[in-house]
Amino acid sequence: MFSEYLFFIISIAAIYSALMVLISKKPIHSVLYLTLCFFAIAGHYILLNAQFLAVVHIIVYAGAIMVLFLFTVMLLNLNIENDFKKPRLIKFAAVISGSIFFLLMIAVLKSYDIAIVQNPALTQIGLVKNLGNVLFKDYLLPFEITSILFLAAMVGAVMIGKKDIY
Amino acid sequence: MSIFFILYKLILASVILLVSLVIAMYSTLIERKVAGFFQDRLGPNRAGVYGILQPLADGLKLFFKEEFMPNTADKFLYILGPSLTMMVALLTSAVIPWGGSLVIGGTDYSLQIADINIGVLYVFAIISVGVYGIMIGGWASNNKYALMGAVRAASQMISYELAMGMAIIALVMMSGTLSLNEMVQQQHGFHWNVFYQPFAFVIFIICAFAECNRSPFDLPECETELIGGYHTEYSSMKLGFYLFAEYINMFISSAMISALFFGGYNFPFMDDLGLSHNALTIIGTLVFFVKITFFGFVFMWIRWTLPRFRYDQLMRLGWKALLPLAILNVIITGIVMMIQNHV
Repeated sequence: MFSEYLFFIISIAAIYSALMVLISKKPIHSVLYLTLCFFAIAGHYILLNAQFLAVVHIIVYAGAIMVLFLFTVMLLNLNIENDFKKPRLIKFAAVISGSIFFLLMIAVLKSYDIAIVQNPALTQIGLVKNLGNVLFKDYLLPFEITSILFLAAMVGAVMIGKKDIY
Repeated sequence: MSIFFILYKLILASVILLVSLVIAMYSTLIERKVAGFFQDRLGPNRAGVYGILQPLADGLKLFFKEEFMPNTADKFLYILGPSLTMMVALLTSAVIPWGGSLVIGGTDYSLQIADINIGVLYVFAIISVGVYGIMIGGWASNNKYALMGAVRAASQMISYELAMGMAIIALVMMSGTLSLNEMVQQQHGFHWNVFYQPFAFVIFIICAFAECNRSPFDLPECETELIGGYHTEYSSMKLGFYLFAEYINMFISSAMISALFFGGYNFPFMDDLGLSHNALTIIGTLVFFVKITFFGFVFMWIRWTLPRFRYDQLMRLGWKALLPLAILNVIITGIVMMIQNHV
């Protein structure tokens, strides 16, 4: 009962902040609303009994990626209030392509049956012990390949960041 | 979940909140006394005996100062900055095991507010969020020195978080749990983690200094280069919140160091004393606070002994020395664990 109320509060917070990311005039407000949205999603993970996922979500997204976003936005426009003037043709094209994407999403969702809802307290998959067992026993190879992918991305970032590479 | 359980947790949370605030308040006095001792002078001694009323006087002064807000500042974010810093500083205390448990009338009352099974990661998440208050405050002030200070603080905290996380990973590998309470219980008696993971301890304490923005890593508020750093434009109690949050962070960091590496509420020969469970818990909590006080003193000791790093030195230390050492520590821990399992 209590978690039902929590679900609605968190959902409203998530949707509101996601909308505000788009509506806000200042880029820095958008970044902060996106951070708020990530926190709301982390709240949903906790309601689904996946505490490990929730905390990792906060560490990775709110703690690392969004801080870097904030960093970039702060350094790029210090005091300049730049609102982008777009040509009318681009606005028109954006509306049409957005609507088509919306239609596509509806079509995709309509062809699926609604998934059977399980009681999150019974699944226990989100707890760190179970998740670790699944990752390192059943899905070891995909897990290792993902980590190699991450390593490659890291090396690539360093290569791009270095000026006098040759 | 009975109503008494909720009431008990509420009381415990309020007590811990009050204790952290009072300790942070008196750390300011102790810091100035320690500084006086290191510099061969007396330190504050006018307000009350040994200057015991000095923190109250400072607090009152901050409250009654003029509330000034630059008129180009982003009003909402300007207020959000210090509030967020204060809130994040206080959040960590929820998972620190302040003591064992008290048995009153057959019921077990744990002295930890929330024993979540991912306590270490929770602490880490809170630390990684801690940078927002400083960045938002520095940006909202609309002052280039404040912004520079905020950017410095953020890059410093991101850099040292990594090494800190790696140091903790070695510890987690050894203890096989992410729950802070279990980690402390495993260090029962004198089996403190510092004897098994000395490298992790050194890396962790250096990173803790950097995360608290304390000297020798206090570049975000480096007066000679940046006036006042990220809180240049702040006055009155908003400035007070920033300064106060630093002392709370120091207290919480000391608590984390003592809990992770120095046995928390455990002390040597605790089983040989023949005390009852409750007496042992109370003594354990007192011992924990003695350890915290010692590390608080270490924080001050280093601040008044070492000069400040240059900014490039700070980055080099973080990325080229601490992080590789921490990763090496993780690898060595893994190898030793594997050998132990097979012998």
